[in-house]
This record gives sequence, structure tokens and C-alpha cells, in this order.
Amino acid sequence: MAETSIKVGPARSRGLSVPGFFRRPEAGAAAGFLLILIFFSYFGWDKQFVTALGSSTWLNFASKVGIIAIPIGFLMIAGELDISIGALIPAGGIVLAMSVETFGLNFWLGAAISLGVAAAIGYINGLLVTRTNVPSLIVTLATLFVVAGLNAYVSKHLAGTTQHSLQDVGAVSEFLMGDYHTLILGAEATGFVVFQSLQSSFFIWIVFAAVCYFVLHVSPWGNWIFAMGGDQQSARNAGIPTARLKISLFMLSAMAAALVGMTEATLANSASTTTQFGMIFNAIICVVVGGVLLTGGFGSVLGVVFGTLTFGIVFQGINFTTFDKDLNLLFIGALLLFAVLMNETFRRMATNWSSTKKS
Amino acid sequence: MSDQKPILALRGVNKSFGPIDVLHDINLEVRAGEVLCLLGDNGAGKSTLIKIMSGVHQPTSGTIEMDGQATGLPTPRAASEKGIATVHQFGGTFPLMSIGRSFFVGVEPTKGWGPFKVYDRKRANEIAVKAVQNFGITRIDDGDRLVGGLSGGERQSLAIARAVHFGARVLILDEPTAALGVKQAAHVLRIVNEAKRRGLAVIFITHQVMHAMAVGDHFAVLIRGAVAADFKKGQKTREEITDLMAGGETMANLEASIDGYMASHDGHPPAPVH
Repeated sequence: MAETSIKVGPARSRGLSVPGFFRRPEAGAAAGFLLILIFFSYFGWDKQFVTALGSSTWLNFASKVGIIAIPIGFLMIAGELDISIGALIPAGGIVLAMSVETFGLNFWLGAAISLGVAAAIGYINGLLVTRTNVPSLIVTLATLFVVAGLNAYVSKHLAGTTQHSLQDVGAVSEFLMGDYHTLILGAEATGFVVFQSLQSSFFIWIVFAAVCYFVLHVSPWGNWIFAMGGDQQSARNAGIPTARLKISLFMLSAMAAALVGMTEATLANSASTTTQFGMIFNAIICVVVGGVLLTGGFGSVLGVVFGTLTFGIVFQGINFTTFDKDLNLLFIGALLLFAVLMNETFRRMATNWSSTKKS
Repeated sequence: MSDQKPILALRGVNKSFGPIDVLHDINLEVRAGEVLCLLGDNGAGKSTLIKIMSGVHQPTSGTIEMDGQATGLPTPRAASEKGIATVHQFGGTFPLMSIGRSFFVGVEPTKGWGPFKVYDRKRANEIAVKAVQNFGITRIDDGDRLVGGLSGGERQSLAIARAVHFGARVLILDEPTAALGVKQAAHVLRIVNEAKRRGLAVIFITHQVMHAMAVGDHFAVLIRGAVAADFKKGQKTREEITDLMAGGETMANLEASIDGYMASHDGHPPAPVH
């Protein structure tokens, strides 16, 4: 442990050095993504996995999980968890649908109300977690069911149904929130297909990820989130408003879930109150595969994006292969296990890398 | 040195939690460029005393003075604003953050304007590395390294360098050497000396008498919540201090009983009890 000083040259690691790479939280996720992509490209070649249309299948799926996974990743970096998103996705959709259809409001006003409702629920989540010190898993488990119940109850009382339609939202809102987009360079039939049938949510995801990347890795606020997850007491002593920051993160995850609900409703022209329990697990899997540490303090937006892409391929890609579709969930489970073990190894390498030349 | 006003002084401080008295009538003072060693066995009230000095707890009665003026330390924030920095056993740093980032937590240097303020990684790393190197830790030369990769002594040094950089005048070190090996501890003691040389008032909490004697100017021994002895460097020997800490006669009695046993058993020590 404490040997005498041995002269060692300055340990530099800038740019693309090996330790520098392993120290990046997204290293494992990026490597995993490449492996999975190559694997499915090979086995899915015959069924057009590697085409613009084939890619859209899993990119569209990934984008919805991805929008939620990033704020969940923020929360996990800060040492918290939010599972109430399962009920906030339908809440976002039905609030928008009811605003437009039942109350005849403008689409964007409805969207603002929907985000506002989500923000309020996120605020309550955050307040409960910071005030009571009850683990956020339990708090948000409670709000998951409370909101799920409210979804059905409020729907029936205000609109008399749990299945809302959302027709004729207008061209611009449809284009931005829920439509299929295709870009072909050159003639329709012969040109180069850049992307085909990508949903609006994919583009929202990319923009959202870019903004989140800025917040977490470029702006000073990101440092606060990492510090809070690393050691909350020390972070508070260093003058970080931990409670306020945590509440904001819960509001962000709730609003992201509502946003996904709105894109789904706009795309399908309908909204349902069905709670999306599956999305809770999907989002958590993406975050963990993306290299975010469950215990907090470590992770990156890019990692979560790679994790989501990997998850999207594994979830949808099996349809392009000759494997039995029942093996789908088995693949996901194996992927998660493998990712967690890899993350552990990578993190050890990241911290211990320097200790080999410790004095 | 002693005609100088103490930076931080406790006058007749008492602390009780409900019916339990934890500290009785504590009088302590520490001056600039002086190391006050607080010695005491586990449960002697050291941690409570630290918490009072760092604004976590409030004294039940008595006053805290800074620069001769009575003052209050209602929160840890208030204490650090008045220049009192506390460094805990494990450095209070963030293992999975880089040195530069953890050095500047809460006061990140930025460039740019408005909502597009950008964390200035290069400057943060530069300042952090320089601050640590000024304390003689030359092996830290890369601000991107993760704090978790540093040795315990280096982490302590980083935390102390951080406190000094942000203008601490009183440095409270809570058992900084307890979890360290011999060489690493020596490292931290050198840093303590450096802080003292720079004119900080250091309060060094420990139960390792050797470490205390290496850097201390002034010693206070806490026993069951009271200052049992208060003396200057060179006024007491190591054995005397150890005896004091162990509750006076206890150690001497133990030694005498072992000696007695050995005398009556042909020089064999007592068999270990299993």
C-alpha cells in the first residue's frame, strides 16, 4: 500500500490514451453497442436489418425509452430512482388528449398543461424524497400507483372513458410530435435513403440528449449532480442546494415521461390510461447498460444513449433473425447481467489505473 | 506568539443531548500558525466538539469566539463562510469524480455567458493540481485522474489543499491519520506542518499520541467530555499523555499487573486468553 517513492514519469492521459478511454463511463456501453450491432447485422442481414427501414424499427422503439432513460440516468447518478414514470407516460398522453378533445384547447396549450401536471407530480416526488428521507424507490412506487389510479378516475369523470382519441391536431404539431419522417436524397425510387419512417420522437430524443449532455458534462450543474451522488453530505457542505437540485431532477424525469406519452398519443391519434409498467424496467435497463452506477456518482449521457441503442437492437432485432422470438427476454436479461459485470470491471480499471504507479 | 489573539476560542462550552451531558465546560483556543491537538479515547466527546466547531451542533451553553468576538455557527455553511474548514477521515471527497471536478464542487470555474456557461475543465484541473503540488504532493499531476485512484494520504492532502485554497483560516482535521499506514500518515503530518507554516490555525483530532506529538504545539486531552489536561509542547512525555487518554491510572495498572505476573512466572508473560 505505502511503498517508498519510486521515480515515475508524469502520468499523462489526454485525448485517446488507453486509461483515458477506460475512465470514460460510456466506454463499456459503446463497446457493447458495437458488438451487438455487428452480431445482429450478421444474423439479421437476410431480413433487411441493415437498411434504413430496418433501423427505424429499433430506433423508433429506442427513442421513447431513450427520452425517459436520460433523466432516470441523472437521478441514478444523483443516487435516486424514479419508477412513477410508468404512470406518467399515460398521464402525459391523456392530459393532452383530454385538453384537446374534451376541452377543445389548442394542442400546444394542452401540451403545456400536460408538462405542467407532470412537473407538479415530479415536484411532489422530489419533495417527499428530500423531506422524509424515505428511499425514492418506495416514494415513487407509491406515486406510480396513485397516478395510475388518478389516470383512470379522472379520465372517467371528465371524459367518461379511459380511451381518448386525439384527432386532427394540426400539421405542425403532428410533424413535430408524432409523425413518420423519411429523407431520401435524389429521386424517390433510386435515391440514397438517409432515413425512412423515423418517428418524431427519434428527433426529439436526439435534441434532448444533446441538451442533457450539455447540462451534465459541460455546464457546472453537472458537477453538482455527480457530487450529490458521490457523497451527499460533502456536496451539501460544499454549498450545493441538494434538495432543490434533487426536486428538479424528479420534475425532469416526470416531464420526460409525459413528453413520451404525448408523442405516442399524437402518433397513434389516441391515448389510453394503461400504466406502462414495462417502460420502468426498460428505462432502468438502458441506464444500467449505459454504464451508470446504481449507487450513484458515475455515468454519462452518451453512455445512456449507447445503452438505449443496444437495448433497442436486442429488443427489436430478434425479429430480424432466425432465432426463436421467445428468447427475446432471455437475451435482455443476459445483456443486463453482462453489462453490469462489465461496468464493474471498467470502473475498477478507471479508479485503479493510477494505483499501479502509486508511490 | 501567545500575545496574539486566538482565531477561534471556546469559552465554557457545554453540550447535552436531552439528559445526557456530552461536554462540560470546554475552554479551548487556537491561534494562527498553531496546531492544537485534541486527544481523547473513543467516546470522549471529540466528535461532538468538532461538530460544535463546524456548525453542525449548537452548544447548550457557553460561547464561541472568533478573533476575540463572540459569534455563532448556526450551520456548516456559516462555519465555512467564517473560514472554518473541516476535513474528515476519508477526505470528504468524491471517489468517482476527477481531481479537478471534485476540487471545485460548488464553485466551478466557468467560461462563457448566461445559460451557456461552460465548466472550465482545463482551468479547474490546472488550479487543483497546482494547489495540491504546492503542498508537496508532486505525484498528483493530472487533474483528470479520479479521486478514487488516490491513496488515503493523497486524498487527505487534496482535501486540505482545497480548504486552504478556498480561504480557510481554521482547519479542523478529524482523525486524518487514523486509516493510514505509517508512510502515508507521515505524508499527512507534513501537510499539517505546511498548513501551520502558512499561518492557519489547525485543530488536529487524533488518538495517536505519536502523530500528535510530531506536529502539535498545544495539547488538550478530553476525558468523558471534559478537558482533563491542557498543556504546551514539551510539558509532558508520551507515556504521560497516553496514560491520561486511557483514563489516568488504567494503563499504569495494566502494566504493573503484567510486570507482577512476569516476575512470579519466571519472566513469562500471561498466556493469551481465548
